[in-house]
Parts: sequence; structure tokens; C-alpha cells
Amino acid sequence: MRKLALSDEILLQVEQPARYIGNEVNSVMKEKSKIDIRFAFCFPDVYEIGMSHLGIQILYGMFNKRENIWCERVYSPWPDLDRILRDQKIPLFALESQDPIHEFDFLGFTLQYEMCYTNVLQVLDLSGIPLRSESRTEEDPIVIGGGPCAYNPEPIAPFFDLFYIGEGETVYDRLFDVYLENKKTGGTRRDFLLKACQIPGIYVPEFYEATYREDGTLSSFLPVVPQAPKRIEKQVVMDMTNATYPEAPVVPFIKATQDRVVLEIQRGCIRGCRFCQAGMLYRPTRERDVERLKELADCMMKSTGHDEISLSSLSSSDYRQLPELVNHLIDYCQTHGVNISLPSLRIDAFSLDVMSKVQDIKKSSLTFAPEAGTQRMRDVINKGLTEEVILDGAGKAFEGGWNKVKLYFMLGLPTETEEDIRGISHLAEKIARRYYEIPKDQRNGKCQITVSTSFFIPKPFTPFQWAPMNKGHQFLEKASLLKSQIRSELNQKSIRYMYHEADVSVLEGFLARGDRRAADVIQRAYEKGAMFDAWSEYFKKNAWMEAFAQTGVDLDFYTTRERELSELLPWDFIHIGVSRRFLEREWEQAKKETVTPNCRVRCQGCGANEYQGGVCYEDQN
Amino acid sequence: MKIRIKFAKEGVMKFVGHLDVMRYFQKAIRRAQLPIAYSEGFSPHMLLSFASPLGVGITSTGEYFDMVLTESMATKEIVERLNQTMVEGMRVISARHVPDGKASKAMSLVSGADYLVRFREGTAPDWDYPEKIAEFSNLPEIMVLRKTKRSEKMTDIRPWIYKLEAAKDGISMQLSAGSVSNLKPELVMEAFFSWMGAELPPYALLIHREEVYADIGEEGSLHLVPLEELGEEVE
Repeated sequence: MRKLALSDEILLQVEQPARYIGNEVNSVMKEKSKIDIRFAFCFPDVYEIGMSHLGIQILYGMFNKRENIWCERVYSPWPDLDRILRDQKIPLFALESQDPIHEFDFLGFTLQYEMCYTNVLQVLDLSGIPLRSESRTEEDPIVIGGGPCAYNPEPIAPFFDLFYIGEGETVYDRLFDVYLENKKTGGTRRDFLLKACQIPGIYVPEFYEATYREDGTLSSFLPVVPQAPKRIEKQVVMDMTNATYPEAPVVPFIKATQDRVVLEIQRGCIRGCRFCQAGMLYRPTRERDVERLKELADCMMKSTGHDEISLSSLSSSDYRQLPELVNHLIDYCQTHGVNISLPSLRIDAFSLDVMSKVQDIKKSSLTFAPEAGTQRMRDVINKGLTEEVILDGAGKAFEGGWNKVKLYFMLGLPTETEEDIRGISHLAEKIARRYYEIPKDQRNGKCQITVSTSFFIPKPFTPFQWAPMNKGHQFLEKASLLKSQIRSELNQKSIRYMYHEADVSVLEGFLARGDRRAADVIQRAYEKGAMFDAWSEYFKKNAWMEAFAQTGVDLDFYTTRERELSELLPWDFIHIGVSRRFLEREWEQAKKETVTPNCRVRCQGCGANEYQGGVCYEDQN
Repeated sequence: MKIRIKFAKEGVMKFVGHLDVMRYFQKAIRRAQLPIAYSEGFSPHMLLSFASPLGVGITSTGEYFDMVLTESMATKEIVERLNQTMVEGMRVISARHVPDGKASKAMSLVSGADYLVRFREGTAPDWDYPEKIAEFSNLPEIMVLRKTKRSEKMTDIRPWIYKLEAAKDGISMQLSAGSVSNLKPELVMEAFFSWMGAELPPYALLIHREEVYADIGEEGSLHLVPLEELGEEVE
């Protein structure tokens, strides 16, 4: 039997002890003595969240295919265990071997949202690894960061030895080969990093130096060693169909947030919404072959025994073979007692038909994401969804028996006016009216419309990367304006309104567009107890505010300031295929309220065609 | 056809709670591709029913659930197919076909369980507990304070203790289980220690469930048989 790192006494004291025992179906055990590289893969949040992430499952499967590498998992210990580990000085361990993380060759973090940054420090700290790269020795693991937040690595740069920019499927093998080679020849940590930084997509922060102007903006950002390239190239997988995919993903014992088989049907999005970072980062849109998807679905259902399968993509309706895939899955699921969930579908005749087959209409709700309340505002953000389409979709759904609708919007978008905010309420009201047009005897009681707003956060590599962000109190004023507008509508009783917290959004804005100087704030906030910032019950606003005050970093400089097009941005050294010129043009178009058609209607020359594939080359072979 | 599965839950699996064990087996049954029967409706669920839930931290070699299969299958094959997909610590011990009728409702007939209780290293009392337990088990009445959701009251648990004796390296007990009177081994140990005027140290006990029984005795006379014995192997 495996021996656990934690005693029974500790495990019986903490919530959900199964978070820490490993042993799950499809988790990989290897013989330590036959392993050359030990890799600990971390999702810096609680187990149930981390286990729901597809990216780790992909790389876990890929790494473990190599005989001489053992990739294990580690997640943020929940605050109850965190305290015990600190009190009793127990080092953080990996789930599979239960060995301390500090014995590993690599500790890799996937960075999916900015609010996990203090948890990165938590994991380093509990592992006994110095928080800053500069303080690490030959004995410490190499600390790697990847995932969407790595596209602006600067706020957390001092905590990492290297970043992997782009999709993990491409150059990890080379990185491991370089590591083994360096180990064999007795090279040092620095020798390895010097070699690693020459691999495309690998960014080693210590080999770069930032200088600043008097006004605080970046004046230069340059390599300080000849080996390090000036520009870091995003890594992309162009052949999605043959790319590695986890045919036997790990199945948690406890209920994870995503407790189902996940089928990634495509990567990227053709839409070009101007606020959406993923829509730019994952260009060009690449579809996975439908036959391969059918095969994967079957294989993963058998290897996991899950009772649900979900399609994953940024916009599933744009997958060209969706009807074929969905019909296949419906047949499969009906004979195997399995459910299908279909997120991110546009509401139209096809999707309503499909949903009526796979869901209980009375219980389920329909989701629209108009993102903005008026056509003008939607044109600014390039969300090509019109009021007519929304009302038509809602009308069809109501006639089909649905009576619950969820609507997602953002407050604080660039150029937003009071009219745009009130427009959100008007749109909800129109949808309610559309429902009550149906004769009483043909409808299903009252309708329930839920309006949710989040606060707009400008993100790097979007056309809004130069845009000013609202202050916390402005967000709250806007939310209360919207609330009172909704309460004055005729059908207000059918409309519920919910909004996100403003403080966390402002902080996320700071972390998203910060530079290297932000690292001091993050570390200080962590030292003051900030952790699990994404969890409202643990978010410690005061720790952050004190950290800003003590480090002298000006929050507004990073959040509410509009950047000039001429400003050098902290992430400009990373090349994502989408050109800066395109983003600038889109920012101008936004201000002119001009819509840009999607990739399939007309190529806008964003630059991502340099990858020689995907949507840019569809129907051209 | 209704199949009764007996399984073991040992090692690190003791930290996986009852509901998660149920989910674990639902997935295992799908991985083993057994012809399981489902309920009707939009979210069909497997026709599975588990016997007495086991607390987190307790190991067992006598856990049970019943499942309904849509076609008949050799019980040996069911055991093999399930065991091919088990994780370390989970093991299917037997599969038995249960005929319809009284025996098929054994889950609601659960009325006893065997436990082996040992002391975690360094927590065994310094007094002679094997001798004392014999004395304790001879008491005509054992009053303890029982806490329920609604109230606390003094109850005599002696009638629910069917057997209580020292075993190889601990204490073995057979206790009443099921929906009528479910007696936990921890409570017996607490009562024992308190009778000794001693305090049971926290997390001291290593509890292992060995068997779960149905009562097939007539009119008030107790006759316990292991749940698996109500079914038979099928070729």
C-alpha cells in the first residue's frame, strides 16, 4: 500500500481528505528509480477546481507517455490544511508519490486566472522553495509558468525561472531533452536556463531587463544575455487532429467542478470580440476532425466511466461539423445512460432542437451573452449579436417550453454611457414581454430572467489593452443605476439582477496589465495573508491595500490610465501571431463603433495566417 | 437480475466518503461495461443501492451494494470485470445473484455488523484492556449519552452489543446496525473508557468493519447471516 505524506490524524481533521491522497483512476504511478525527470504540475487553486482543468490532463498524459519522465499533480492545500502544514512544518507533496515537491526537477504552474497569483506563492512557500528565482539554488526545482496568464508574465516574472508561452503540446519535449543533456554534462541551473531560453516560446525573465521613464511607463525591455531572443514566439499546435489528447484522463473521487469527459472540439474563435483575450491568444481557429472526436469520446467514456460528456471550445456553434458530432453523441449517450452538456452554443433552431433532446426543458435555462445593452455598445465591442437575434431566439425557446433565461453583460466597457447601462434593463424587459405575448394557457407560468453583470477588465493582447478601466466605486454606481432601472421596468418581478464584486475586478485589472514592479505588491499581499483571492470568503482587501501603500505602487497607474498607442507595453516582447497593428486598428474601429466581420466572412489580416493553417486556410487545399 | 456485490475498502480509500464511493462504483460499472439497468427520465440513474454507509477513516472487508443488470451474467465474470478496473484499496470480494422476494430487500434488513477495533500506535491504554473488556461486556446495562439531531438522552446500549471481546491485537465486536438501531463502535469504546474512568485519546482508534449482516430470525429471535449468503453464485 502507498504511504501518505499526511498522518491519519491530519487527514481526519481537514475538509475533504480525498483531495490529498492521490490514487485516482488513471493517475500514473511509476518506479522512481527508473525516472530521469520528475515533474510536479500545479494548478494553484483547490483540488476540485484544478482537477476540472483540461490543460493539465493533456500535458499530464503527454509527459507520462515518456518512460523516463514522471509527471505528478499538486494543488493548493485548502486553508485548513495550509495552516497545519505551516504549524507542523510538513513540506507540500505531490499526489502520486506523496514525495515533497522540493525533491522534484520541475514545478510547473498553469496560470488560468490572475487571482491565483498569491496561491502560486503559497505553493512555493509550502514546498520550501524560495519565492524569488534569484534566491533559488541548484537544489531547487526549476519553476515554470504557462497558460493564458503567462502571456503577460511580467507581474509574476521574479517568481519564475522560466515561462512557456503558448500551447504546451509543442516544445516541452525539447525542453526536457535540453535539461537531461545539461544534467548529464554537469551543467548548472544557469547553464540550463541559458540553453532553454534559445528554445522558441521559452522566456527566462532573469535574462531581460526593463527600464522605466520618469512618468512610470516602460522605456525599454531588452535581453541582457546574447542567447536570449528579443521576441518570444507563441507556440501553437497546427494539427489538432493528431495532437496528443488525454485518452484516459484522471478521474477524481470527490466531485470536481467539471466532473465529466471534456471533448475539445476546436481551439480559437473566429468572432473577434474586442474585449476577449482568449479570442486573440488562440488564433487561428483550428478545428479537430469530427471522426477523431467520435473516437476520442468513445475512448474517454470507456476509460473514465463518467456519466456526462461536455463539448469544449470558445464558440461551439462555429464548429462546422457540429450537427454531425452532436447527433452522433446523442445516439451514443441514449444507449449508454450518459448525459451531454453543450455550453457556449448560440441559441437558434438547431441548438434548441438539440437541447430539447438532451435536457429537461422545465429545469434548464437558456444562456445569452449579449455582453452589452445597446446596439451601439455591442458594435464597440464587436459582439455581432443583435437585439433581433436575441428576441427571436428567446421567442423560439419560450414557444418550445423554456421559461428561464440567463443574460450576461459587462459594465464599464470603453465609451459606455448611462444609456448603454439602462439598455441592459430594457433588453431584459423586452425579453420578458416577448414571453408574456404567449397566450397564458400555452406558457409555463412566469418567466425567470437572470441578468448578471461582470465588470470589464482590459486584458493584454486585446484591442482594449490601451483602454482605461473604471474605478471600484464607478463600477458600483453603475451596478446600482442598473438595479434601479430594472426595478422600474413593468415586468421587474420576472427579472433578477446579480453583479460581481468590484474590488476583486480592480485587482484583477492591475494584475492583468501590470509590469515587473507589480511582483512586490503580490508578494507583500501574500505575506500579509492574501491567498485564495478568487474565493470571496477569503479575499482580503486590506492585505492588498496595505501592500500597495507599503510598496508605493500606484494602482490607478495600471488600471484607470488610458495608454497611448506609442507606449511600450510590458507584454509587447511576446509575439502571438496577431499583430500590434491589427489591435491598434481594432481599437480605432471600436471608437468609431464600426463592426469587424468574423474570420469566415472576411479575413481582417490580423497576422495569424503566418501559422499556415486553421481558419485562415480553410477550403483552400 | 439483481446482483449483490461484496467489496473491500482499505488503505488510503478509507478517506473517500460514502457518497463518493457510490459515485466511484457507478463509474467502475461503466468502465467494466456491465449491462446495468437505468431508471427512466432525462437524467437516468443506475439501479444501485448501497447497504449501511461507512464513516470516513474506517476500513472494511465487508461492504455491500446491490445492482440490477438487464441480462444475466456469470457472477465470476462480474467480479473479474470489476476488479480489472479497481484502484488500489478497492477490491470486489464476491458477486451473488439475489432472488426476488425477501432476500432482495436485504439492504433494508441490515441489522448487524462486525468490527475489529485496534489502537493506533502509541495510543493503547496502559491498563489491561483485554481483561477489562471481558468485565465490561458482562455488565447488564451500559448507559451512554446519545446525541441525535433533536435531542440528547441517556440510552442503554447493552442490548445492541451482540458480542464484545478482546481479539488478536484489539477488540472485536458485533453490534446492531441498520435503520432501527445503528450502534457505532466509537461509542462503545467511549463508553468502555468512561467506565474505566479513562479518557479515549482523539484519533486513537483504527476501526475495521469485517461483515454486515441481515437478520433472518423468526419473531424476535436474532439470526444474523452475512448479506452475501442471501444470494448465490451463478455460472
